[in-house]
Amino acid sequence: MKVTDQDVAYVADLANLELTEEERAHMLRDLNSILEYVERLSELETDKVAPMAQVSDRYGVDESRQGSDRFAYAIREDVKDGLRESLAHDAAVKNAPDTDGTFFEVPKVIER
Amino acid sequence: MVSALTIDDVRNAIEAGQTTAAALAREFYRRIRQEDSEIGAFLTLCEERALAQAGRIDQMAAEGKPLPPLAGVPVAIKDVMVTSGVRTTAGSKILENFIPPYDCTAVARLEAAGAVILGKLNCDEFAMGSSNENSAYHAVHNPRDKSRVPGGSSGGSAAAVAAELAVATLGSDTGGSIRQPASFCGVVGLKPTYGRVSRYGLIAFASSLDHVGPFAKTVKEVALVLRTIAGRDPMDATSAEVPVPDYVAELEKPLKGSGEALKIGVAKEYFGSGLDPEVRAAVEAAIQKLAELGCEVVPVSLPHTEYAIPTYYIVATAEASSNLARYDGVRYGFRAKASNLSEMYRLSRDGGFGMEVKRRIMLGTYALSAGYYDAYYLKAQKVRTLLTRDFDEAFKKVDVIATPTCPTPAFRLGEKVNDPLAMYLADIYTVTANLAGIPGISVPCGENHEKLPIGLQLFARHFDEATLLRVAHAYEQARKAA
Repeated sequence: MKVTDQDVAYVADLANLELTEEERAHMLRDLNSILEYVERLSELETDKVAPMAQVSDRYGVDESRQGSDRFAYAIREDVKDGLRESLAHDAAVKNAPDTDGTFFEVPKVIER
Repeated sequence: MVSALTIDDVRNAIEAGQTTAAALAREFYRRIRQEDSEIGAFLTLCEERALAQAGRIDQMAAEGKPLPPLAGVPVAIKDVMVTSGVRTTAGSKILENFIPPYDCTAVARLEAAGAVILGKLNCDEFAMGSSNENSAYHAVHNPRDKSRVPGGSSGGSAAAVAAELAVATLGSDTGGSIRQPASFCGVVGLKPTYGRVSRYGLIAFASSLDHVGPFAKTVKEVALVLRTIAGRDPMDATSAEVPVPDYVAELEKPLKGSGEALKIGVAKEYFGSGLDPEVRAAVEAAIQKLAELGCEVVPVSLPHTEYAIPTYYIVATAEASSNLARYDGVRYGFRAKASNLSEMYRLSRDGGFGMEVKRRIMLGTYALSAGYYDAYYLKAQKVRTLLTRDFDEAFKKVDVIATPTCPTPAFRLGEKVNDPLAMYLADIYTVTANLAGIPGISVPCGENHEKLPIGLQLFARHFDEATLLRVAHAYEQARKAA
């Protein structure tokens, strides 16, 4: 067992999840079983291998250029409404669980 | 009337005045109301929007104007693509009442080409699953055998085409979520190259692995839908500036021209233990058929294949844990009652997410957490490089690689729900294409003794969907002729 009860509680806290007692027990079992399976990656020697964060690191770019210039096609002027009109205020808050029409409202943040 | 209807049939019938887009849309809604209670493919219908679009097409036809390529074609969209004014849930309770203020680019392009959007399709919650059983709403039943899963996560998209509740559909594929359900339901499903189709408006699961792609009954229709949705979109910085060929015209080029024969690679790593003998036999027969069509079959090696699933489940969950941080109950989605802000975040996420989504958020958060980042996330990214190099090497020797889409035909509902790892292994032959970003297609290649469909998967080089579709089309035509 690599993952402990304390790890589950710590990670749940990082992920902003509460989890019931039962869910924590399932998580402990499932995370250990999946991580045990993942363990086989350590069989591979990767000290000299570069990490690959995304496909477009390697494709669809101008290889003759360096650094961010390789993605020059994706660069655009950073101007308001440059690609599309910004959402109207009422459209932006329309799905809010709680709003006064101007702001998103949330429960009290600071305890007095 | 709507049985075995293709995109071209629809357009031709409307052009000839034999039917109208509105009549066709109503006929499909009638079928959906009659038959979808036993399948469960749809989550939301958008009749008003569909009939308004159908009216525009019928107006054009009445005026004798040239009709766009998908004129009047009834389509449906996986519920992970946002639709302006039409509820979009991602199969999750946390978005049960979410009405997006804008359209996904792929959806907008379909509509601009004349398609009529009937509604939104069921899927695993946030596209996380291989059986559609993780939908927060209801399961989807495989139209070919209703006791079995349709596959996932785009189970509704595959089932809707198989049951002829839509002529074509869109799905998303992060680890096989288009190709695996296409295989299970006996239809054609394509995951394009990463960057080929814009992800703007696709609800993010794992951004470096997510793809939008089409389902239809035939390769030609899939080619037509791809031609419509592909191409650079400034709203998605990862969509590539690569010209879009006329995929439909490319289909008709012969497999064996005057030059060298197309080379089809076969990798033993995709035919190992765990592969159902009937699936193996059907896929081997399909490869034999490609040889008879003039392709040269060449053995290739993809030696890191066995590491694909562990790599995928670290990369995908790490990205998901970050992407799903936005669901906090503040700006949209479900909010739980709470006395302070941090409690509100936790209780909203606890109440809104299902178990598989929580499991993946937990795994991804763990893999990214201090002390484990190098061992898990960085390690997985390095192995991703090795997996991609395998394909680079193979594609120096061959033009297309042929594999089974899935190790087995569709399994039974409930069979794997309590064993996440067994469920993850259903994606064993499909995740590699997401990690490398290459295009992949699943085409029906036979049935097992229980009449369950089997899929042939083909891979091609980055941005070479034209060759992929051409080989798939030639195989499909040869199989139909036999």
